[in-house]
Amino acid sequence: MSLPGPGNPDPGNPDPGNNVLEVEDVTLAFDGVTAVDGVSFHVAAGELFAIIGPNGAGKTSIFNVLSGVYRPQSGSVRFLGQDVLGKRPHKIAAMGVARTFQNIELFAHLTVVENLMLGRHNHMRYGALAAFAWVGRARREELANRAAVEEVVDFLELEQWRRLPVGLLPYGVQKRVELGRALAMEPKVLLLDEPVAGMNVEETEDMARFVLDVRDELGIAMVMVEHDMGLVMDLADRVMVLDFGKPIRTGTPAEVQQDPDVVRAYLGEQHQTVGGSA
Amino acid sequence: MKGRPELYTSYAQDTAFLNTRPKRTWTGALLVVALLMPFAVTDDLLMLLATGFVAAIGAIGLNIVTGYAGQVSLGHAFFLAIGAYTGAALSGDPDGRVLGFGVTSLPVWLLASGLVAGLAGLIVAPLAVRLRGLYLAIVTLGLVFLGEHIFREWTSLTGGPGVGRPAAVPELFGVRLDRASALFTGPQQLYLLMFVLLVIFAVLARNLVRSRIGRAFAAVRDRDLAAAVIGVDLARYKALAFAVSSFYAGVAGSLLFVVNGFFDPGSFGLLLSVQYIAMVLIGGAGTISGAIMGALFITLLPRITRELPTVLPFISADATGAVTVFQVEAVLYGLLIVVFLIVEPRGLFGIWVRVRNYWRTWPFSY
Repeated sequence: MSLPGPGNPDPGNPDPGNNVLEVEDVTLAFDGVTAVDGVSFHVAAGELFAIIGPNGAGKTSIFNVLSGVYRPQSGSVRFLGQDVLGKRPHKIAAMGVARTFQNIELFAHLTVVENLMLGRHNHMRYGALAAFAWVGRARREELANRAAVEEVVDFLELEQWRRLPVGLLPYGVQKRVELGRALAMEPKVLLLDEPVAGMNVEETEDMARFVLDVRDELGIAMVMVEHDMGLVMDLADRVMVLDFGKPIRTGTPAEVQQDPDVVRAYLGEQHQTVGGSA
Repeated sequence: MKGRPELYTSYAQDTAFLNTRPKRTWTGALLVVALLMPFAVTDDLLMLLATGFVAAIGAIGLNIVTGYAGQVSLGHAFFLAIGAYTGAALSGDPDGRVLGFGVTSLPVWLLASGLVAGLAGLIVAPLAVRLRGLYLAIVTLGLVFLGEHIFREWTSLTGGPGVGRPAAVPELFGVRLDRASALFTGPQQLYLLMFVLLVIFAVLARNLVRSRIGRAFAAVRDRDLAAAVIGVDLARYKALAFAVSSFYAGVAGSLLFVVNGFFDPGSFGLLLSVQYIAMVLIGGAGTISGAIMGALFITLLPRITRELPTVLPFISADATGAVTVFQVEAVLYGLLIVVFLIVEPRGLFGIWVRVRNYWRTWPFSY
């Protein structure tokens, strides 16, 4: 299924057969600015993999590559053994990749239930003619998926907001609805872009609990970009640190925290170390 | 459940077409009133209402592409024209002055008009995949001018400017609906025909917009990036929105002049597109009932302004005075769009929702 040969730049990949996502040597440049520079990593089934790094390190760019919004100049991305690069975003979504956004990208005029139902867009197959008549297959699929959405509402404790347009909800709840929309897709890998950005302590704790539930109860592999170091170190199984698009260390939270290069990148001495060596 | 009408015990109730008791009651009452109307009002008002119902079908179409899918189209007049000429040519007299095939059966030419216009919409749709917002509006505006030119020059189809051609022939099961029968007058029959057609097309549209297709339209409108990432094929749904919208425009176009019986190529100018935009904005973008309210409002507006001279003597009823009803009417279109966009962006539908919410909590509303 996977082929990390002898030259595999992804370190510490003990069981390649168990991988959901394999990213190899991806480089993405915009007119001379190299946003992602030779990044490789893998995510095993059920793993919570975190990507951290200072602002502008290329974390969100990696997500945009994974979900098909950007196309990198070189490298490969394999999802469950299938090549992802070059596919349009909706095709990648249909393969089982879901994501949330750093700045909430919900459908503000639609209700919570409608947003979640949109997450199940690809679980329904009926066409426009059936939709006009709303009988038979269209009705059956709508009811079945409405029931499936209720599972997500229950899982994320969204009951009281079900019928409200999401634009009216508090920020923390909107973040939760966005997670719900991704979960409603029943993805095999979930990309979380700063799930607790801008949240207060209580909301952060709620979100941390939901993220753990997703991993432990639903068993969905996750890639998380996050600036909240406490959260990352508590939740993640493994962490990759990026600086100026380059991976500087991948390992367990404890290993990463003690790495001198990581400390340097975060404490602002990168001009002497990274910049000097480039 | 008894005594608790808003407690849903199944998803079928939750997703029902009319999911609350007040909605069912009000819809039923409206249906009864509309069906009794022919026996209560004069024929000329019935004809106006029939035109309003047809306009409502067209406005629902524009609302699907602009209100639901968020693709601003100023080209609605072009698709209305395609429908009007398809219907008129198909049902027209084969030996007449202009092109005609003599297929007078209403369901046949109605469906054909919709399909031809829908196909035209599908051809135009790729523009919407590349452009958005103002740019799309300007390009669709170009369609109107293109259409005006074609219909002016193609005199064997359209009869030419100032001359025109007869509209489609409304014949259902061998009965000419525009001619008086034993029971009803022509206008009464046309009124009932247009009302039934409006109900059918409104129900179909309402089903579409609450389906996965309609949700995908709204997703494309609200956040196209997020829509793609959850699996909505943007190009496909934009094309579908244009096709459905132009299908509705084609159907409405073929019926629009049946009441008057005659039309000429000058009817499909930019003003017609603007009128439909006004219907959608004044009625309420992104709602089916709003489109119907807006269409009836805009259609009845000339009738209301014509009554003005009796109340305000400085407005003259003919074209000679300093301030004429025609000027008042033109100004009112613009004024109403401006006022609604600023004061009530959700349109007549928004006003209705506010009234409803006030009475729902009465006497404890604040």
